[in-house]
Amino acid sequence: MKEGQTVDTEKAGWEPRIIAFLCNWCSYAGADLAGISRLQYPPNVRVIRVPCSGRVNPYFIIKSLQHGVDGVLVSGCHPGDCHYINGNLVARRRFAIFKSILEFMGVEKGRVQFSWISAAEGERFSQVIKEVTEEIKALGPGKRFVKEI
Amino acid sequence: MQENQKHLREAAEKLLSDKKVDVIIGYERGTLPLRTRPVFIREPDETKKLVWNSRCENNLSFYLKTAKGKVGIVAKGCDARSIVGLIKERQVKREDIFIIGVPCPGIIDRKKIEDTLEGRDLQEGVESDSQVILKGEGFEEKADKDKLLHSSCTTCTHRNPVLYDTLIGKEIPEPKMDEYSDVEEFSSKKDNERWTYFNDETSRCIRCYACRNACPSCYCPQCFVDQSLPTWFGRTPHPSDTLIFHMIRTLHTAGRCVDCGTCSRVCPMNVELQILNKKAEKDVKELYGYEVGTNLEELPPMATFKIDDPQEFIK
Ligand code: SF4
Ligand code: SF4
Ligand code: SF4
Repeated sequence: MKEGQTVDTEKAGWEPRIIAFLCNWCSYAGADLAGISRLQYPPNVRVIRVPCSGRVNPYFIIKSLQHGVDGVLVSGCHPGDCHYINGNLVARRRFAIFKSILEFMGVEKGRVQFSWISAAEGERFSQVIKEVTEEIKALGPGKRFVKEI
Repeated sequence: MQENQKHLREAAEKLLSDKKVDVIIGYERGTLPLRTRPVFIREPDETKKLVWNSRCENNLSFYLKTAKGKVGIVAKGCDARSIVGLIKERQVKREDIFIIGVPCPGIIDRKKIEDTLEGRDLQEGVESDSQVILKGEGFEEKADKDKLLHSSCTTCTHRNPVLYDTLIGKEIPEPKMDEYSDVEEFSSKKDNERWTYFNDETSRCIRCYACRNACPSCYCPQCFVDQSLPTWFGRTPHPSDTLIFHMIRTLHTAGRCVDCGTCSRVCPMNVELQILNKKAEKDVKELYGYEVGTNLEELPPMATFKIDDPQEFIK
């Protein structure tokens, strides 16, 4: 692979594996709505339901990268909508610093993403998943932090 | 410096003989030339052991968590900021400590002295206001203190303790500078370069955890790397595990690290990750307007939030 080239063309046909941590009350319900409404979105995401975006410890994300997933999405309720009042607001600060440090250390922008999706936004859910999948596809396979033994 | 050392001893002696404190945590001469070590003084006549110079490198606030009774503590600018943090995080009570603040012109990096010596044996070191004289077999040379300062000290803008009960000597002027120019320069490098830098640095790490054990902010009874249920991250020196240890430690100390430089000074493998701590410090300042350890009122930034916190990074 040439320097600066992020996509390994030898691995054409490669599809990214993305883990999505969705909060129970908004984003997971948004995903449900997308399903019920028969909206299409890329099958690259594996959903893990969590009580709240505030439940998502940065460990979950970094551990996912260590295990070799190509991208991580964390999604919660819009500010003001959190079932636990402010879990998402605490999470927002935590993720801001986490993302900044991650990128400072050299992890590509876009490898780890965050979104707010409400229970009524089925359409938006499928849109976000499309965008995230496209962006991670463009980055190529995740290599940083992967623990190869 | 000599003046301040005299004042320090006098102040300490008075505190102990007036029974205002039970113990004083300060620095004494070390066994090697140009080294000091922490000392715990309980008797007034022992106060002559106390020293104050540019080699008083330990962040003594570290000892507050375990000290008993009323404790007097010698605090430089960064130590005082750590103390403020510990009070805010309810690790120590304000009324249990007596802070002997000392304005600090900067601490000498002993690794830089080692570099100057190039393997020669140092037998004696003498410090004046601006220079250090290094003596050994067949050599005697002078080095400018400015050039030997620890990197944390060259960008320090809090030389005077922010909180103290008594101040030794006079306040010194705070330098005006862009304290994060190194972070910006580093940020402008390519992803690959930055990734390589961190990989190179952490590849030397032997996971001795001295950096964590010496850090005043790392006081968790059980650190995440020691947890076994669940075992979050491997305790191996595998590059991925090591990088993650350092990354998560940076996250845990974000908004709490005062850039005292202790973690890099204690590292036996010269792993240099100060830039990571500084990046977190810069982030909390820019995003949340929080300057670590400068006042007792504001909540630590990662323990609170505002409804209108920046969120451009969220889709
Ligand atoms: S992380 Fe290092 S520089 Fe920051 S407070 Fe701890 S020991 Fe000091
Ligand atoms: S690295 Fe984190 S968990 Fe470990 S002692 Fe420091 S703050 Fe606590
Ligand atoms: S002190 Fe140095 S070698 Fe030890 S764990 Fe920290 S960085 Fe690694």
